[in-house]
Amino acid sequence: MPELNLTSAPAHLRHGSNIGQPLTRRDGVLKVRGQATYAADNHPPGMLFAVMAVASIARGRVTSLDVAAARRHPGVVDVMTSDHKPELAIDPEIKTNPFVFRMEVLQSNEVRYANQPIAVVIAETLEAATEGAALLAPRYETLPALVGLDAGESFVPPVVGVGNPTENHRGDVEAGLAAAEKQIDAIYETPPQYHNAMEPHAIVASWNGDSLQIDMPTQGLMLSLARVAELFGIAHDKIHIRSPFLGGGFGSKGLMAGPPVLGIMAAKLVGKPVKLVLRREQMYGPVGHRAPTRQRLRIGADGEGRLTALDHHARTVSSTFDDFYEPAADASHTLYAAPAIRTSHDAVRVNTGTPLFMRAPGEATGSIALESAIDEMAWACGIDPLAFRLKNYAEVEPITGKPFSSKALRACYEQGAARFGWAKRPLQPRQMRDDDGLLVGWGMGTATFPALMFQAEARAVLRRDGSGAMEIGAHDMGQGAWTALAQIAADELGLDIDRVEFKAGSSDLPDAGIAGGSAHTATAGAAIHSAGAAVIAKLADLAANDERSPLFGAGNAGVIARDGRLIRRDDESRGEGYSEILARADVAEVEARGTGAPNPAAMEEYAMHAHGAVFAEVKVDPELGQVRVTRMVGAFAAGRIVNPRMVQSQLFGGMIWGMSFALHEEAITDRRSGRVMNANLGEYHIPVNADVPPLDAIMVEEHDPHVNALGIKGVGEIGITGSAGAVANAVWHATGVRVRRFPIRIEELLTKL
Amino acid sequence: MKQFDYVRPATVAEAVAAAAQPGAAYLAAGTNLLDLMKGGVSRPDRLVDVTHLDGLDQIECLADGGVRIGALVSNADLAHDAHFAKSYPAVAEALLSGASAQLRNAATIGGNLLQRTRCAYFYDAASRCNKREAGSGCDARDGENRTHAVLGWSENCIATHPSDFCVPLVALDAVVEIEGRNGRREIALDELHRLPGNTPERESALEPGDLIVAVRLPAAARGFAAHARYLKVRDRTSYAFAVVSAAAALQIENGKIVEARLALGGVAAKPWRARAAEDVLRNVAPTADAFQETAWRALTDAKPSGDNAFKIELARRIVVRALSLAAAGTPARIAALPASPFASTSGAIHARA
Ligand SMILES: Cc1cc2nc3c(=O)[nH]c(=O)nc-3n(C[C@H](O)[C@H](O)[C@H](O)COP(=O)(O)OP(=O)(O)OC[C@H]3O[C@@H](n4cnc5c(N)ncnc54)[C@H](O)[C@@H]3O)c2cc1C
Ligand code: SF4
Repeated sequence: MPELNLTSAPAHLRHGSNIGQPLTRRDGVLKVRGQATYAADNHPPGMLFAVMAVASIARGRVTSLDVAAARRHPGVVDVMTSDHKPELAIDPEIKTNPFVFRMEVLQSNEVRYANQPIAVVIAETLEAATEGAALLAPRYETLPALVGLDAGESFVPPVVGVGNPTENHRGDVEAGLAAAEKQIDAIYETPPQYHNAMEPHAIVASWNGDSLQIDMPTQGLMLSLARVAELFGIAHDKIHIRSPFLGGGFGSKGLMAGPPVLGIMAAKLVGKPVKLVLRREQMYGPVGHRAPTRQRLRIGADGEGRLTALDHHARTVSSTFDDFYEPAADASHTLYAAPAIRTSHDAVRVNTGTPLFMRAPGEATGSIALESAIDEMAWACGIDPLAFRLKNYAEVEPITGKPFSSKALRACYEQGAARFGWAKRPLQPRQMRDDDGLLVGWGMGTATFPALMFQAEARAVLRRDGSGAMEIGAHDMGQGAWTALAQIAADELGLDIDRVEFKAGSSDLPDAGIAGGSAHTATAGAAIHSAGAAVIAKLADLAANDERSPLFGAGNAGVIARDGRLIRRDDESRGEGYSEILARADVAEVEARGTGAPNPAAMEEYAMHAHGAVFAEVKVDPELGQVRVTRMVGAFAAGRIVNPRMVQSQLFGGMIWGMSFALHEEAITDRRSGRVMNANLGEYHIPVNADVPPLDAIMVEEHDPHVNALGIKGVGEIGITGSAGAVANAVWHATGVRVRRFPIRIEELLTKL
Repeated sequence: MKQFDYVRPATVAEAVAAAAQPGAAYLAAGTNLLDLMKGGVSRPDRLVDVTHLDGLDQIECLADGGVRIGALVSNADLAHDAHFAKSYPAVAEALLSGASAQLRNAATIGGNLLQRTRCAYFYDAASRCNKREAGSGCDARDGENRTHAVLGWSENCIATHPSDFCVPLVALDAVVEIEGRNGRREIALDELHRLPGNTPERESALEPGDLIVAVRLPAAARGFAAHARYLKVRDRTSYAFAVVSAAAALQIENGKIVEARLALGGVAAKPWRARAAEDVLRNVAPTADAFQETAWRALTDAKPSGDNAFKIELARRIVVRALSLAAAGTPARIAALPASPFASTSGAIHARA
């Protein structure tokens, strides 16, 4: 990896500790100068270009490929097909653990979804490889494609999400509904969505004998490495993956997918380094997506507006060959204090690539339905939506009855509502207009996301020159790991951030787990915390056992590390610099390792979630039906905030994605062919600048002693939840028209306005 | 990608000769053509790059009071030409509502006129498309066709022409100057694009080698400057093609409309001039009732081509709104969100942000 010249914010922005300071991105200057090396920027000598040919049918078999024509094309070096490819060490259909998903790496000529790779052309130039792929002119035996939520017999999957039970209940839902004074029963639909990270999936792979060098964006260095090792039958230490920067992942770069494996196979086939980059439209298939859902919510409330029952059922889809089920109904487990709750799922199989984790998988899809339904219920009870939510505030986690490790949601409601001016909201819809006659509506939604922890390791070093190092194979997807984790490292090492060499993004560093589940800062942070404490303890040992040190006899527990010095806790006037301690002991450096991991006892005892409240204002043209969000305020409580600038940008990103969910995003699938018809960023709409109003994200103070040593909850995914529903509810409040199919389109409003 | 020849002629005559060969295509800024080539939709053998031809990048005021816009003038340069925008405000507004700033900076006027439909099946080489491959069928007809045509379509093709620029142009009687193998000729813009009928693959009146060299607006078009608007409803606030759009231009004297111009975008394979509807407005006061009647007249022949009946109702409402906005008078400055229903609020929002 080229040396990273990470910068830090000017010192005057910091006040002693690093955690909590709004440092600017330390990789920011590299990025704006175009010097940050993303995977596809690597060009090892002799590198060839690989281009995938993908299936244009969604189901059937490839019957012929004109390999000869492709080979004849000038510049084409080889064509990898199911008949001509390096053998893998294991069958890619075998699932060796729950985080292994089936992939298409030319193991057969079967086609199971549109855009499935069916061949790879390797050439001296990208242009030659591209044309070679076009010249393959595949022929197919086509079977009718299974498309949509009613494609076939439904079934109840064994689990949803990652090992969640398909059904959950507490109390008697039917009795609760029967006893209710007011009921709603509504069906909401959400479309398939694609991650569409700005950086396409890419790999540069070079074999040197049986060792393998890989440049590839990944959210899970060690998971990817393990999968590559098993697929190619090589030892872990023969593989090196570099992933210093990702241009976004959102879950689509978490687990090894087929295309990068094809890149490695291609490199093996031709015996030269190979680069394979997906085209935008090729990202609509083999690298995961968010499955569509149809969700039915039945809710009952008594005469006072207190919930009596909440029944949430979600239908979703998975592929015909593997299992991932969007756990949409699980969104109803944690937020509202219904005495009876039931959540359930069923699914049908369709011809798509297997759906996967996409930013807030389940939480986002479930949230827009739940928050819409709660809004409908509040209206049915004639109660303000915020008052209704407060009336049904969950003091303990409704589905389990466990206490929360911390929950500052009430403060989120209060601060968000105050900033937004919610108190002035008329209860009735269609009451507000602006000066231009546009309909104005205000809506809200509650945000929630579990506070997860995975496993990670870190290595800390203190050096005689007074500097330190922290090594961890962490991932910066754009969220700011280079900055936030270095801030934690600096504090744990008791050094200024400029004195810490922070290393991340490479598989030869200690395993940082996966950057997913909004758990990366918490998990990697915990490992850094424990490695830092361990190395300080070693240093303290050196000093405390040395009678020449002013710290002699202080004992391990008796020192504080600050500004490159150890200081006696009971007498701050007695201390010594790291350099002096190491110099006297005549060692170049001390090092220690530490781990971060979930605490099963705390998890058993407490429900752990981040929370938030989002308030949105929309304007709707009363005749033309076009909608625009004009204001959004979110207030989020997510434990300790390591870097408020990075966190704000995560929350903004989530809020914008929520708006996108409510109003824009949708993969339009041809119901006959199963092909995505808008597989490009021109027609797959996400919000543009003009769609994004002034945003406000309040970080509500929250201290959580249970989630992890640093009290960190995640902020990556929570912003979508709540926001999507808030926008949808604001559209209703503006118009009086309840749209239950997302995204909300002009035609759904037009004739009902 | 497919290998092709690239030629850069020095003169218009050379360009025409080079492009008259089978398999040749003109390359202007390439914002549409190169996308089509990357997707394998267009596979020309030879690109004739016209961007270096002299004299085609001028905006000239003509002696008769009209204006002549060279084919290589960029969309942005034309829209930001103060004199032009003042004289033909609806045209400038339409230009600025199209694509993105980056695209407008690159895209040429000639390329805008001849940009291809955005029908997804046309772009998807694996689908059947009569426009892409004559006689192969039309997968849009029973497919995802929410944004397709409601006027002038045939069973063979239900695609729309996506240009915003062309909509006020056709309303204002623009003329297209063409250099061809037999020298120069000119046709009304209204005659440039063809309805699909049985030959949707023939999209325009151009013959092989024909080069658009300029677009002209007649002097009379300036007479609408005080009451001319473009309105475009989109699925997002900006950077989206029109679901439906309209250009409305009025001449109002003594409280009565002397002459009216109306055209619709996003509804047909060509920018749709609603002549019969214009007649409704002759010598009447600019009232809501008159505009309603005009809207009904404009859409009399409309019929859904699929899942798009809403576009007919939307088009009616857009016509009424566009005419009302035009009657209210052209604003002194083009709004921060040109042609948007949110034009009036947007400036304030961004000013506060
Ligand atoms: C993402 C995206 C969004 C867009 N949004 C909009 C929108 O909202 N509204 C809108 O109106 N447009 C929109 N456009 C289309 C854009 O306006 C056109 O791509 C552009 O105007 C084409 O101009 P060009 O110079 O790049 O043409 P090119 O791509 O170079 O050429 C287009 C076609 O015209 C032919 N051609 C070019 N010049 C001449 C000439 N002088 N004589 C004869 N033939 C010629 C070419 O052979 C080619 O067939 C969008 C485009 C993109 C990519
Ligand atoms: S509508 Fe026209 S452009 Fe679209 S698929 Fe049919 S023939 Fe082709």
